Amino acid sequence: MSTDRRKKRLDRKLKAQSDGLYALSSWTAMGYLMFPRALLIFGLLLLPLFLDMYWQRVLCSAGVYALLALSFDFLAEYVGLVCLGGALFIGVGGYISGTLNMYLGWPPLFCIATATVTGAIISTLILLPSLRLRGIYFAIISFMFPMFAVYIIIALNVLGGTEGVSGLETLQNIWVEQYLILGIVLVSLFAIRRLVNEDTGLILRAIKDNDQAVKASGISITAYKIKALLIASLIGCFAGAYMSHLYGWLGISLFSMDFSILPIAAAVMGGMGSLTGPALGAFILTPLSETLRGFGQLRVVLYSLILIAFIIYKPEGIMNYIGRKYHQFEHWEKF
Amino acid sequence: MDIIIYGIVNSIVFALIATGFNLVYGVSRIPNFAHGSIYILAGFMTWSFIHDLKMHYVFSVLLSLCISALIGLIIYRFILIRLRGIATSEIIASFSVGMVILEGLRMQGIGGFKGFIGPFYELQPFIEGKVQLLGVLLDYQRLIIIIGGSVLLSLLWIFTGHTKTGLSLRAIAQDEQAAMMLGINSDRVAMISMSIGSALAGLAAVMILPLGNITPEMGYKVLIYALAVCVVGGLGSWLGVIFAAFIIGFAMKISTVLFGALWESVVLVGTIILVLLVKPSGLLGKQKEFEERV
Repeated sequence: MSTDRRKKRLDRKLKAQSDGLYALSSWTAMGYLMFPRALLIFGLLLLPLFLDMYWQRVLCSAGVYALLALSFDFLAEYVGLVCLGGALFIGVGGYISGTLNMYLGWPPLFCIATATVTGAIISTLILLPSLRLRGIYFAIISFMFPMFAVYIIIALNVLGGTEGVSGLETLQNIWVEQYLILGIVLVSLFAIRRLVNEDTGLILRAIKDNDQAVKASGISITAYKIKALLIASLIGCFAGAYMSHLYGWLGISLFSMDFSILPIAAAVMGGMGSLTGPALGAFILTPLSETLRGFGQLRVVLYSLILIAFIIYKPEGIMNYIGRKYHQFEHWEKF
Repeated sequence: MDIIIYGIVNSIVFALIATGFNLVYGVSRIPNFAHGSIYILAGFMTWSFIHDLKMHYVFSVLLSLCISALIGLIIYRFILIRLRGIATSEIIASFSVGMVILEGLRMQGIGGFKGFIGPFYELQPFIEGKVQLLGVLLDYQRLIIIIGGSVLLSLLWIFTGHTKTGLSLRAIAQDEQAAMMLGINSDRVAMISMSIGSALAGLAAVMILPLGNITPEMGYKVLIYALAVCVVGGLGSWLGVIFAAFIIGFAMKISTVLFGALWESVVLVGTIILVLLVKPSGLLGKQKEFEERV
């Protein structure tokens, strides 16, 4: 059956016209390029206006997961470092920001900014010894770090120990909270999309595909891996710092498995490598798991099942699928 | 003396936990992140068979071992077989299977299922009582772990080195293409290794779990320990695993005696980072070390 029929895919005419600089010469081509981007930007920015208080909070935490999914996707697909320990970034960022706020009394926004930078440097330093590893070895090591961080905090009994610290200052109001996170999601999304198409991104992808060749070209792969890790952990640590001020609370559950797994599920569901997909996946999965909160552990089971189903039956993910439909038309053809 | 005897017990526990994971990875290059959950599942199944179905102890242990082997086989046959060779997807898929099992065990109230939460899930030891060994009081279960563990590890060594199935496992591990040309079915061998690995996880569970309570959270910890031992020893290396198990086992025992129980995890991290800094391929990892790891 499949021997005499095959699916033929061709780029749309508009897609060909809007490639390159000539897109500027036609409004249709410009519109074709602008439409998905505008839809994403205005969709996200207008979304808070239609939600009630509860779902606005959910939107904020969806933003946190979107940032994590973005940094996971960037590291996994463009650098080849599969980081299963996204919770490390959340925990480090959250703890630094919370501690600054609690013990030094700095205002939240300032804390978040400081925690983003110092947290990124610290988590990069933590992961530095394991950067020489590749593939599953890096995945294994990065998976262990958040758990160890929990053990260390419990063992030393510092920073609130097992109970955590509550009563952190939150941001002014829910609107500031929402637009801060949505703005950062959009900015980092477009920044990373730009970055991976620059020369640096080319080198990073080359490291993923064949690091020996990159080495042979006289480029230090470790230096580039450190840069990429720093970028990813900046995003992750911002999410963590923001998280601790969103709930006004910090504790060892900032290192919990949720922050490592849900972003990965979102990335797989949204489409690995598309960068937009993981962010969108997070905005779909988080409300879904929120509605299932009443069922307790069932939601973890459910998103693990979604993850398995997508990875087996639809490995390309939602965003790549939509992108294909948007740019190409396809039909069955006999041969 | 105390440190030596309990250190040995600790080390053999680590070796038992890690062998299953190591076997699967060494043979079929599949990182089985569902290892910890199969371990816990085997423990709960044994408990359930004894207390809910009132089965005999030995019989329920055997039954749960068979079921865990079957689960490993199913995981490979229906999920991992489609993802062979894509390391990222293998990790994510097997880890999600593990999550489904572990979190499923904690799920409450669906179909009258109470969920395995709480401190009252305990397996009884094979033989009750304690024995005086070289001036140290040791209970029989720990003695069984030492003896049974050593016997099991040497049996496995004989199995992989001197039987036909074992040799075909090693052939696939060394050179998959050449082994396939000689008529070894790679998928079948990987399936066998998955089920043996899962059965080993179950066996480790029924030997070790009588020492304490069974909780689903332990699944993650077991996975971490298995990974730690394999990373330190070098994935896919037999001797390395035993060696690493002894290093980590003794390091943790000594730190517990010197600083207290809370510090053992900190020492574990320290050991791993130190080994990675000095020798990123693990202590005795040789297999395809250069292309894969660094």
